[in-house]
Amino acid sequence: MARHEVTFPITNEAEILKLRAGDEVVVQGHIIGIRDRTQVRIFDQGVEPPMDLRGAFLLHTAPGVRKLEDGRYEPVCIGTTTSARMVRFTEPLGEQYGVRAICGKGGFPDEAIEPMQRLGMIYFAIVGGAAALETTQIEEIEEVAWEELMPECLWRFRVKDFGPLTVGIDAHGNSLYHDVQAAAQDKLKELYARL
Amino acid sequence: MSAVATDLRQVVEDAAAHLYVWALKDIPQDLRDALVDAQQRETSVPGKRVLDTIVKNVQVADDRDNLVCQDTGIAVYTCRVGEHFPLHPAKIYEALYAGTERATLEHPLRSNAVHTITRENTGANVGYRLPIVHWEFIADWDGLDVKCVPKGSGSENMSFLKMCVPADGVKGIKQFVLESIVGAGGKPCPPGIVGVGIGGSADYAMYLAKEAIARPIGTRNSDPIVAELEDELMGLLNETGIGPMGLGGDVTVLNCHIEHADTHMTLNPVAVNYQCWAARRASVHVGPDGSVDFDREA
Repeated sequence: MARHEVTFPITNEAEILKLRAGDEVVVQGHIIGIRDRTQVRIFDQGVEPPMDLRGAFLLHTAPGVRKLEDGRYEPVCIGTTTSARMVRFTEPLGEQYGVRAICGKGGFPDEAIEPMQRLGMIYFAIVGGAAALETTQIEEIEEVAWEELMPECLWRFRVKDFGPLTVGIDAHGNSLYHDVQAAAQDKLKELYARL
Repeated sequence: MSAVATDLRQVVEDAAAHLYVWALKDIPQDLRDALVDAQQRETSVPGKRVLDTIVKNVQVADDRDNLVCQDTGIAVYTCRVGEHFPLHPAKIYEALYAGTERATLEHPLRSNAVHTITRENTGANVGYRLPIVHWEFIADWDGLDVKCVPKGSGSENMSFLKMCVPADGVKGIKQFVLESIVGAGGKPCPPGIVGVGIGGSADYAMYLAKEAIARPIGTRNSDPIVAELEDELMGLLNETGIGPMGLGGDVTVLNCHIEHADTHMTLNPVAVNYQCWAARRASVHVGPDGSVDFDREA
């Protein structure tokens, strides 16, 4: 299992293709925060997002923030939410907007594997709940769109040494979640027999 | 920490405001020990990476006086009210409501509370029937104990109820707990505490499961038959290989706690309520004179 450093947004597809399920990754550059209501607005209500998502790294988050007098926001506590709720947006995010990475916790079910392979996308697993640490890796909240959805806005963060992340699903059709679940289902049969 | 005041409603409000933030920032020592133990036991590479990050995160929260996890949950309180405590529970509820709201606005904390149909945020972690308060009344006593368990949604979404039939027996209970935790995978932020409620009725079984996750970690049910089941289930759950954050490994759960109630001869309910690794809880004791003692281990 290799270790990598990747800067987002990416412009070179090779940066995605070199990553394999189980690898450790640290991210630099800019990432975009997104959540349930943000994606419902884009895809179910048909509202164009006011940020460029090409080559982007999306983080499933709803940050805890403090509003400053000049209207900007500073982080209080920024962490990551469960991804599985939002799996249906994976394909259109890649196909319509060119998103290349989605980061969250708990993984995506198997329906994400095929579109991520076809569209050259990665799912990064972060450690859920480790928000105190994650907050220290966010240098600045650079932009907030759709403030009326607070805290489920579109956020642009500048990050430094964001991670460690684990490649949960790679762009080659491999998913750690699929493998762990398949092994656990086999194990359950053995455990039931012992009860 | 200790204080004396005569305005009991204000004392309870202040205590609730402190309790909520304290629970979010400073996780109990028994949990810290369990996480370090898990870190030492884990052998999978991604699993070890997760536990290293978790232990580091707890330290960062201490060093920077920040919340352990951004999910401030919904505030759930359990109150044990003495027969002779001089503030009526209706006023205790008002104080808990006001304390939760004040802590959210003053810190500030992320507000998670929304109207369940419109999804509009209510702004300060309070709303219609929020916070949630459970009551227990104690005869021949003049004190008040309040326990705050701000539980995140990632783990609360992984709650499961099955009305097993009596013929399913205890085997049916074990199978349901196992399939629930395997099915939950990485979503509830493992390794955490699996709370199981058995017996009673459908609603009470889930209440008992929630009570189970709020116990100090590794404590055992006072009924030896149930305590044995806690040990057995904990062992079985850690054989599933789900591992930290569902990435595979040896440690799937930190522990399994069970609460039980006698039930109808025709019922065999089993409820599962998962508590994430950031198993936050904090308690306060309020005396009839307004004295306040915060207890991190209760």
